[in-house]
Amino acid sequence: MISLYLRRRVVNRFNMLASLATMGVGLGALAWILFTLLHKGIDGINWTTFSQMTPPPGSSGGLLNAIVGSLLMTLGAVAVGTPIGILAGTYLAEFGQRGWLAPVTRFVNDILLSAPSIVIGLFVYELVVVRLKHFSGWAGAAALALIVIPVVVRTTENMLRLVPNSLREASAALGAPQWRIVTFVTLRASQAGIITGVLLAVARISGETAPLLFTALNNQFWTLNMNNPMANLPVAIFQMAMSPYDDWHHLAWAGALLITLAVLGLSILARTFFRQKYKL
Amino acid sequence: MSSVTLPTNADRPQVRPLPTALQVQDLLFRLATRGFAFLVLLILLGIVASLVIGSLPSIHAFGWRFLSTETWDPVDNVFGALGPIVGTLVTSVIALIIGVPLSFGIAIFLTEQAPRWLRRPLGIAVELLAGIPSIIYGMWGLFVFAPVFAEKVEPKITAWLGPLPLIGPLFNGPPIGIGVLSAGLVLAVMIIPFIAAVMRDVFEVVPPMLKESAYGVGATTWEVVWNVVLPYTRVGVVGGIMLGLGRALGETMAVTFIIGNSHDLNISLLMPGTTISAALANEFTEAEGKLYTASLIELGLILFVITFIVLAISKLMLLQLAKKEGSRA
Repeated sequence: MISLYLRRRVVNRFNMLASLATMGVGLGALAWILFTLLHKGIDGINWTTFSQMTPPPGSSGGLLNAIVGSLLMTLGAVAVGTPIGILAGTYLAEFGQRGWLAPVTRFVNDILLSAPSIVIGLFVYELVVVRLKHFSGWAGAAALALIVIPVVVRTTENMLRLVPNSLREASAALGAPQWRIVTFVTLRASQAGIITGVLLAVARISGETAPLLFTALNNQFWTLNMNNPMANLPVAIFQMAMSPYDDWHHLAWAGALLITLAVLGLSILARTFFRQKYKL
Repeated sequence: MSSVTLPTNADRPQVRPLPTALQVQDLLFRLATRGFAFLVLLILLGIVASLVIGSLPSIHAFGWRFLSTETWDPVDNVFGALGPIVGTLVTSVIALIIGVPLSFGIAIFLTEQAPRWLRRPLGIAVELLAGIPSIIYGMWGLFVFAPVFAEKVEPKITAWLGPLPLIGPLFNGPPIGIGVLSAGLVLAVMIIPFIAAVMRDVFEVVPPMLKESAYGVGATTWEVVWNVVLPYTRVGVVGGIMLGLGRALGETMAVTFIIGNSHDLNISLLMPGTTISAALANEFTEAEGKLYTASLIELGLILFVITFIVLAISKLMLLQLAKKEGSRA
């Protein structure tokens, strides 16, 4: 008969090895995906990709209009979403001690943070596209802004809560009104954290495809007019990857590599920036 | 000595003084931030309201039958959501069955086993997995994973599990690589980082004293995890799993690539299916006619309601754990 002691040791050893193996599976998946992207996408990263428009089926071209469209919409989304997010986050952290609004908002915000992004796309479609009767870059930016807001609200609130109360009391003792304490002392003290949050939000939206499908749609041609349907990388990649043309597949992989590099670069940048500022 | 007359209460004006400029500014600032917090609530209400309004034609036309019929016929304008709803639930359940044990293992490795200097980089690696856009998972799934899966894995699944009673029919089917099972597997990889991150965070709130006492009486690492850490963090772990479920339910692009997009219900997991989000992504911009569009929007409404409930439960459970931690501190 196997002794109890031996059995416990074997069970422990087995489970710990299994845990090591799961870590291996996770890292393996990451490595496999990154390797695929590099392997299939690296050929497509060349000058034509950045200088030519998306091609018609069966011919070669670049991704210039899609890249520019993505940049414009991301910029618009951040310009609209960040101030809203910061102000709402400020309310939660600085004024939200009493009343029902703060806890309910916090709860709702956390749900919006993980809500399916395709539903956000539907919402903006109903709200903007149906009214204006056409797809547009602005609608795409609005959909992305709705994804930025919860991320910024969350980080702003968390960062403001890290500011020691003695800082607030010191400025109040000097006679500063509350709005000045918040804007000039606490928000400034948590600047680095809030910027980190914005960077993470940009990383999040730069790969979002679902909310752009029914809002910005896609556009094969060059446009800077956000009232038009607008090309953007994720939707362009989606259409090209689903097509039967080899040229389009190559471009789709190049675009996929670009997006992934941008997203991973941004999130690593955000992390190191945050760590340097707070010397963690 | 000159006498200074101090104002007494009697000298004060009895009317309330007008607020000073500073007080007005404070009030305005507070109202502004309050307004934007309120805006976040309005967004949620707006989403629900617009989806309900948008789906009114289909609600009127089909009523509750929409939820229980399988027909999806754009030509005759007859729509039923059973196919996408079942597809959404089945893929998410597969993702959980595979993703939860893996996430649990990763979280244990990160909190109990890995040397201290390795924890940070490994944690970041797992978080990078969460950062990869879902369309990339979709392309990887369709072009890389599906062919390998069809050639190497699916024939074996059919050979081993196909003849079994009860669950056998689930695994009989053509080895085509795309289908419900493949979609569930890709989803599993996608939700692992979310679940693992929550599990790691809640495992770290277990007071070291509890763990040390268990080690002190001779428990092995596994016994400490299973009998001390897990019971202490049960609520948080379930919250993390629900968060992963919420993600899996609403995931769009990865599933759209690999599920095969068929509205027919099929007992076999190897056959193509569809989910709510995949149906929306594929059909919405091409939908002709009011009823077709409204039916798709109603699908979106159903998805939003399901994920809202799941995420709300997740949030409440995580809050409960945070409260417990607060009361012990």
